[in-house]
Amino acid sequence: MKEKMVLYFPPTVTEQPFIYHLIKDFNLLINILKADINPRMEGRLVVEIGGEKADFAAGLDFLQGRGVKVFPLEQEIIWVEERCTHCGACTVICPAGALHLDRITMQISFSGDKCVVCEHCIKACPSRAMEARF
Amino acid sequence: MVKKTIEEINAKIKAGKAVVVTAEELIPMVKEQGIKETARNVDVVTTGTFGPMCSSGAFFNLGHPKPRIKMAKVLLNGVEAYTGVAAVDVYLGATQIPETDPANKNFPGEFNYGGGHVLEDLVKGKEVLLEATAYGTDCYPRKKLEKMIRLDELPQAILFNPRNAYQNYNVAVNLSDRTLYTYMGILKPNMGNANYSTSGQLSPLFNDPYYRVTGPGTKIFLGGGVGFVSWYGTQHNPGAPRDAHGVPTAPAGTLAVIGDLKQMSPRWLRGVSYLGYGVSLMVGLGVPIPVIDEDMIRCAAVSDGEIFASVVDYSESYPQGLGEVLTTVSYAELRSGEINVNGKKVPAAPLSSYYRARQIAQILKEWVMDGKFLLTTPVFNIPLAGGISDYQGLVFSDADPARGCHNA
Repeated sequence: MKEKMVLYFPPTVTEQPFIYHLIKDFNLLINILKADINPRMEGRLVVEIGGEKADFAAGLDFLQGRGVKVFPLEQEIIWVEERCTHCGACTVICPAGALHLDRITMQISFSGDKCVVCEHCIKACPSRAMEARF
Repeated sequence: MVKKTIEEINAKIKAGKAVVVTAEELIPMVKEQGIKETARNVDVVTTGTFGPMCSSGAFFNLGHPKPRIKMAKVLLNGVEAYTGVAAVDVYLGATQIPETDPANKNFPGEFNYGGGHVLEDLVKGKEVLLEATAYGTDCYPRKKLEKMIRLDELPQAILFNPRNAYQNYNVAVNLSDRTLYTYMGILKPNMGNANYSTSGQLSPLFNDPYYRVTGPGTKIFLGGGVGFVSWYGTQHNPGAPRDAHGVPTAPAGTLAVIGDLKQMSPRWLRGVSYLGYGVSLMVGLGVPIPVIDEDMIRCAAVSDGEIFASVVDYSESYPQGLGEVLTTVSYAELRSGEINVNGKKVPAAPLSSYYRARQIAQILKEWVMDGKFLLTTPVFNIPLAGGISDYQGLVFSDADPARGCHNA
């Protein structure tokens, strides 16, 4: 199984190597989509975690047992089509290939399932056609 | 030799018999039928472009209140308009940002609102806050005015863009190791991407490379309404290097254009924001090309594979004005989404919308076919080289041998 989620690290645990343990001890595939430590030393990690169902559950138990809060990824990026001019500026900024320019029709399309919610497109879009929703 | 006058073409348009195709549709026709046959069959070729054009803006006559005012400082939704003309006339430029905008103080600035957005709001029919102050004179005593205005209430609103429809433009890359925020968009380090901004084979001046039929007085599609070429544009540089087809391989000719803002639509005038750079206006512009002879077809049949653009480093060469060109690439390569710069594969992205450019050429084609859009002859030819125009003699010299695509 594979799932995108948001991990919240309270300041007391921010400096511990959780990802190392998830990989080494629980045999999980970790894809870090976004990582941030704020000035209050709270950590926020947007990750995709993949692996066997039992490993997945054990890995999450391990995180929660150490004080890490686990939230489903509910934030999503919305493509406001009527604002989109189909210019294409976003296509080289999106790291996940979620914004695609069809070379025949020369129209932009957005694949929400490929989106990793890095939010780069929001400010890269000149006509502000990309929005984040929670 | 096929020869047609603009009067003959207009007679066909009025009779509903003109054959009109877009510059894109023309390409396979010429491949199939050849130049001579296509020149005989086709009367008008329509072009289009829809991209950020910073040198844009509008003159407004804001109308006199009672008592009258000679406006010295004017804000429209917080964006300053130039007042150094008559009492209630102002010019709002597309790239003007509000005085309250932090600009690049917190780099890269977001530039969420500016002149281009005010223009878009006005053509949307939205109310815009006008704040005017004045020093007061005997003839214009009022010193302050604050009211909501709508475009349809203003006595006059004239879009006047001193530089639009660039004939070719740079492909921007970044050779440095930090991200750059430019008017050519976000440029990732170490040539992470290449951004370009013309509609290639659909772009007006690529189809009339020697400005034979495009000049002051040419009636065009502008912002969704009807406009005119008013002059050659600022930074008009017809002497840029040209390839064997006569097509410039670097930024070359430009057009100054004018039109009634009240006719225009937010679909074809769009305020845009470039991270770390500023605001601008995306302008939709289309020029009809009368097929006056075979050479006109030869020029207009140019395809993306035959048009080349210069790749320029925006970390050093462009900002320092060094004029170095890394390589040239074709628009066919650019449109494929990947170019090769000195052995490195670089993802390419457009800043101008080919999709919208195609729609403009299509709309203009329908206008002409409907018989409601007649073609005009330029009052004079815009300069071809050396910055000297033949406008003083007001000569329209379509026979000028220097203006043909003879090498193609």
